[in-house]
Amino acid sequence: MGRIQLENVTKSFGDVEVIPPLNLTIEDGEFAVFVGPSGCGKSTLLRLIAGLEETSSGNVIIDDEDMTEVPPSKRGLAMVFQSYALYPHMTVRKNIAFPMRMAGLDEDEQEKRITAAAKALNLTDYLDRKPGQLSGGQRQRVAIGRAIVRDPSAFLFDEPLSNLDAALRVGMRLEISEMHNRMQTTMIYVTHDQVEAMTMADRIVVLQAGVIEQVGSPLELYHEPRNKFVAGFIGSPKMNFISGDEAAKHGAHTIGIRPEHTEVSTTEGLWKGVVGVAEHLGSDTFIHVHDTGLAGTFTVRITGDIAVRHGDTVYLTPQADQIHKFDTEGLRVA
Amino acid sequence: MAIVAQSSKLSNVLWPVLAWIVGLLFFFPIFWMVLTSFKTDADAVKPEYLLWFTPTLDNYLNMTENYDYWRFARNSVITSVFATIFTLVVGIPAAYAMAFNPTKRTKDVLMWMLSTKMLPAAAVLYPMTFLTKSLGLFDTHFMIILVLSLINLPIVIWMLFTYFKEIPKDIIEAGKMDGVDTLGEIKEILIPLAWGGIASTALLCFIFCWNEAYWTVRLTTTDAATLSKLIEGNRAPEGLFFGRLSAVSTAAVGPIVVLGWFCQKQLVQGLTFGAVK
Repeated sequence: MGRIQLENVTKSFGDVEVIPPLNLTIEDGEFAVFVGPSGCGKSTLLRLIAGLEETSSGNVIIDDEDMTEVPPSKRGLAMVFQSYALYPHMTVRKNIAFPMRMAGLDEDEQEKRITAAAKALNLTDYLDRKPGQLSGGQRQRVAIGRAIVRDPSAFLFDEPLSNLDAALRVGMRLEISEMHNRMQTTMIYVTHDQVEAMTMADRIVVLQAGVIEQVGSPLELYHEPRNKFVAGFIGSPKMNFISGDEAAKHGAHTIGIRPEHTEVSTTEGLWKGVVGVAEHLGSDTFIHVHDTGLAGTFTVRITGDIAVRHGDTVYLTPQADQIHKFDTEGLRVA
Repeated sequence: MAIVAQSSKLSNVLWPVLAWIVGLLFFFPIFWMVLTSFKTDADAVKPEYLLWFTPTLDNYLNMTENYDYWRFARNSVITSVFATIFTLVVGIPAAYAMAFNPTKRTKDVLMWMLSTKMLPAAAVLYPMTFLTKSLGLFDTHFMIILVLSLINLPIVIWMLFTYFKEIPKDIIEAGKMDGVDTLGEIKEILIPLAWGGIASTALLCFIFCWNEAYWTVRLTTTDAATLSKLIEGNRAPEGLFFGRLSAVSTAAVGPIVVLGWFCQKQLVQGLTFGAVK
């Protein structure tokens, strides 16, 4: 079991309210990702669930039990930190054994779980090393191992991959997703990386300034963002926003067009512009187009390669059924 | 290039010379004291025996035979060891609380603790003497241990606080998540991680306790009197006996110098901690 409910939870640091009253339920077995820009309160929210921060008001309920006043050690949750937070004076084996030792598990059971975790995480050869002798990826595996052996009701991940290099990050991302598929335990994952959020989550919680902007599956957020903030935050490269006459033609204050929902031609199209930078990735090409008569730079994403260079004139045409409309408040209009 | 080379050549000579001068200046009184301890009281004041004299062990023999050096030494060990232990037992949890659960007032509390060191000891001499006597604690080990602990506690907490601040908060929080209570955090995580810092703090505290003279001289007569009291006792009554005084002083600083020598590494680390990061 691992159903987590937040009821009217608030958090203030001094006079600053970082989380206004917030309600959220994370279902048992769900992979929920909290995503948002730096300082949006996503880590604070995770720490409130963990019990590492006290709520200013409201309740944290885990498996129908009010845990608001319960210390972190008694909540039955495991956490993986961005900095790994391994115990540097203990070997890998002792690090992984630590929570079990604290729980008073007998040594045979401890050894059994350590062996299983080490095998699952490719750590068998490193059990007698100290954390200082491991690479970043291995350290993060140890941190995950330490979380797994506790058999928690939910895992909390606080930006666990931020300190890893890009290639490792992708690998670990897959490993964590596979781990979730295998264990079916509730996981709450905090990240500022929307790619991680999109690829891993069953459900994404988009936060801004402590407020939940939208909760939904990755594709819901992608196809039907509730407001301009979510529309701009989910998707890479970012959605293009156009206000003024062009938006008015669609009966909206602002329209949003994703880079991948725009066609490019060198001969004809709706808007004419000049190529600023063309980024050729092989599989995709990102073209940043200036002087379209629309505000700012318009980014286009083309599958495959296209022979355009800096200074070329191009014509852009948005796919009519993929235009997102927003009102003056920035809210989505049908 | 040439200018750089020249100036570095100059500083290559200048700095070592300066270091030697300063080093000798610091070393000289100790050297003088040790030298004098091997002279008779009569020779000690005669300029012609400044460096060339007939060495004698009389002062040392006199000290152990007539002045009961070992009793004073034992008292010094007892009071310094227990005061250091007591200071750490109180100081570690205090520094832990302030380092990992700071409040708005933590800085004020730290400043307040330090401010107690600003109070001149002489200002509380009378009330302290009166209090210890009326409580029947005058000239007891307990009182000396208590006083030594209290006067060193602010420094110890400050030092430990600085060490503990260097430990990532995440590690302590990981401990909380792993099911450890506060005592467990201190025992399982904090002490092993800050061991170097705690050891050097303990060592410094021990040295401060050992060398403390103001209170140990005034709050003891015989039972709890430490080596400071022995030195003080050899100072005045029958005039100045430099040879004897030097022998007592040498015997008093000896153990601490030996201890300091063995723990040099920790000491330097402890004293310069936080200065260079």
